[in-house]
Amino acid sequence: MENGIATQGEGRDPSGFLSEIIGSSVTVKLNSGVVYKGELQSVDGYMNIALEKTEEHVNGVKKRSYGDAFVRGNNVMYISAD
Amino acid sequence: MADVDDGAAAPVSEPLDLVRLCLDEVVFVKLRGDRELKGRLHAYDSHCNLVLGDVEETVYVVEEDEDEDGDETVKTIHKKSEMLFVRGDSVVLISPQGQS
Repeated sequence: MENGIATQGEGRDPSGFLSEIIGSSVTVKLNSGVVYKGELQSVDGYMNIALEKTEEHVNGVKKRSYGDAFVRGNNVMYISAD
Repeated sequence: MADVDDGAAAPVSEPLDLVRLCLDEVVFVKLRGDRELKGRLHAYDSHCNLVLGDVEETVYVVEEDEDEDGDETVKTIHKKSEMLFVRGDSVVLISPQGQS
């Protein structure tokens, strides 16, 4: 308690969640409102994301698909495991 | 010794590895402000600053039809550049090849 840090409890931190869902299918929403659905290949500390078999949805309408896609982390609003 | 990072052979273990695998390939890049680029990736860094060659840029412009009911049409503008340096902060997405 002396230094206020390192008392996170049972290791339930957000990046732990992210590494748990690697390999599963996810929905990634960007600040622009665009949604990407695909298989989560990897994530890094910037929340840069690599997706596989990705579909791009704009206003609920499928616009494009990509075999692989790199999404720059600053654009990400949320990542959700489907 | 075990994990010498030698280009194409290394697995995709962090997102930027995917970009590394695109070096010297044609990539599709989505930028902020409804812009897209297609070109050959010559260089990149961790900010996603990119150097692209033989680039085709597509800009989507929404135009309101002046005649009543406020319909909108999306116009596309194409530009070509021999070589382009893209500042990383405008990059949204990078994808190999250029499927669309």
